[in-house]
Amino acid sequence: MNKIDSTTDLPALYHSMLRIRRAEEAIAMRYHEQEMRCPVHLCIGEEGIAAGVCANLAVEDVVYGNHRSHGHYLAKGGSLNTMIAEIYGKADGCCGGRGGSMHLIDNSAGFAAAVPIVGGTVPLAVGAGWAFKLKQQKNVSVVFFGDGCFEEGVLHEAMNFAALKKIPVLFICENNGMSVYTSLDQRQPGRPMTGIAKAHGLEVYSGDGNDVQEVARLTSEAVAKSRRGDGPQFLEFRTYRWLGHVGHEVDDDLGYRPDESVEFREARCPLKKAGAELIEKFGWGDDDFAALEKTVNQEVKAAFKFSSASPDPKPESRGDYSYA
Amino acid sequence: MHSDESGKNSQSREITYGQAILEALHQTMAVDPAVMVIGEGVADPKSIFKTTDGLVEKFGPDRVTEMPLAENGMTGVCIGLAMSGFRPVLVHQRIDFALLSMDQIINNAAKLHYVFNGQVTVPLVVRMLVGRGWGQGPQHAQSLQALFAHIPGLKVVMPTTPHDVKGMLISAIEDNNPVMFIEHRWLYNLKGDVPKEPYRVPLDRAVVAKSGKDLTVATYSHMTIEAIAAARVLAEYGVEIEVIDMRVARPMDMEPVLTSVKITGKLLVLDTGWASCGVSGEIVARVVESAFKYLSKPPLRITLPDHPAPTSQHLTDDYYPDAETVVNAVLSLLDDGEKLPAEEICQRVRRTSLRDIPNPAYVGPF
Repeated sequence: MNKIDSTTDLPALYHSMLRIRRAEEAIAMRYHEQEMRCPVHLCIGEEGIAAGVCANLAVEDVVYGNHRSHGHYLAKGGSLNTMIAEIYGKADGCCGGRGGSMHLIDNSAGFAAAVPIVGGTVPLAVGAGWAFKLKQQKNVSVVFFGDGCFEEGVLHEAMNFAALKKIPVLFICENNGMSVYTSLDQRQPGRPMTGIAKAHGLEVYSGDGNDVQEVARLTSEAVAKSRRGDGPQFLEFRTYRWLGHVGHEVDDDLGYRPDESVEFREARCPLKKAGAELIEKFGWGDDDFAALEKTVNQEVKAAFKFSSASPDPKPESRGDYSYA
Repeated sequence: MHSDESGKNSQSREITYGQAILEALHQTMAVDPAVMVIGEGVADPKSIFKTTDGLVEKFGPDRVTEMPLAENGMTGVCIGLAMSGFRPVLVHQRIDFALLSMDQIINNAAKLHYVFNGQVTVPLVVRMLVGRGWGQGPQHAQSLQALFAHIPGLKVVMPTTPHDVKGMLISAIEDNNPVMFIEHRWLYNLKGDVPKEPYRVPLDRAVVAKSGKDLTVATYSHMTIEAIAAARVLAEYGVEIEVIDMRVARPMDMEPVLTSVKITGKLLVLDTGWASCGVSGEIVARVVESAFKYLSKPPLRITLPDHPAPTSQHLTDDYYPDAETVVNAVLSLLDDGEKLPAEEICQRVRRTSLRDIPNPAYVGPF
């Protein structure tokens, strides 16, 4: 199975994060054109978690996402072409235009489903993990959710059952301290989420989500335990959402959180942190960064080209797949 | 397993509705290792009124699984299983419990095949029992088919006979869509001929339970039994009503109803649920849309009174419509209905035993 060394594999982790960052920046840049006509929830600033977790997974391991899942999808190896086409509502989109940004799938990469109802995919991931166990497959199922989801009953129902049956599933909480515009302290008492997960019988971890190496290291440990039959794992990673809840803009002017400067964001930037490490420990220079930028930007550019070349879905097909 | 689709050539014998459910589960589980049964009580000594009896002993706890009281979460778990190659049958002893899982049923089960452009299927059966009777009250006796039937992506079935419940449960388990499988508790002891071998009954067909040319009755589940009781007696007075067991609330099969209404010109619809925004109104609407000119009278509906089910037997006595209600409605729709001896006919269908149990053999609690 895929095993990553968070120290030696930093270039790959950085590449994974950069791919998400540049893809989302490209979406943000063109969003005002009103041609991507669906809500987009961008994860800029949070890429370290998706990249660090998914680097530990094999193609056969499955990932479930949520409304903010471009990063999870791409980090798991999902096709950038079909994701961009999907956001544009094209026939070659990963859902043929039925889903948009909030519904993503790439079965060939083991990205099982993202849906926007908070908590919606959590029990699905537990079911998929249970299926692995029943079939005696040594795979794991992974679900990403935010701190808001921790308040949903279904999450606790799912944790209880996963612990009961020792299901190989990783619950990844991306704690960005915000549910839309409502801060964590207005929604949860001042106690650690890990304490509750632990009381459910899960093994728990907590780390800096903006440190991709830490994410990868903790996930590596959790995946190994889950694969060998130790049951469900809960990982909480603290992070920071740079943009508004939905859309392409910084919306600090709304006043829902402290006016946090560019410096504040950059101090928490997972790419900047990993980049500094690449310079220091891997001797990366400007040329190395430029070469990677070039590769990533070409892929992003090609994806938008793929999307604009893709036909529109046929209106008469809109009722297809109502039933199997 | 299905050399004979209809089961007509298979040897049959009389068993109950409940036994027919159990037989369908045993037979499908024996053939397909992907079939699982999950629910509160599926492996307990009472085994969902004996409909899961012996399954855990035969197929083991991995395939016949007791579950935590977590209806929404476990529905999601079952959807995850279904997306991963399994065919779970989730069981709720009362349909009211399934209300806790509406998010997973409506947002996920009903949508995933569609939104993912056919790349995902959710072969899930949710068995739900309508409790009714012996003090079940407002949260243990609801008939909620209309809630589910509103949702594209779901199939909603309500088999009436032992034959249909076995054949439709096998079809539901083999179907690649989420199927809401609604069983009325008052049908559980109903006996009927059931082929021994596995067979399928389609999930999209109504059936004519009794033919007649004078009036069309479209009916669901237990109300079909009341309609047939009324029809038998009415026939002795020269009134031939056609009783159509609708069997399916989604997708509704209107063909036999429209065919019949074109002959009779009169429509009476019976439902075990409420009238407002319910399946009975849907049938009336479709008939009016497609066969208005054939109707000689406005259609009538027989449903529950427009308030929650009370608990005390003194309050439920006339809450539930029955064969007598059907007789009165039929007579009011017939051109010469007032010439027939209404009281005499009613007396012949009137129940003499206690009205809060399906038959005197029933002993509460159930």
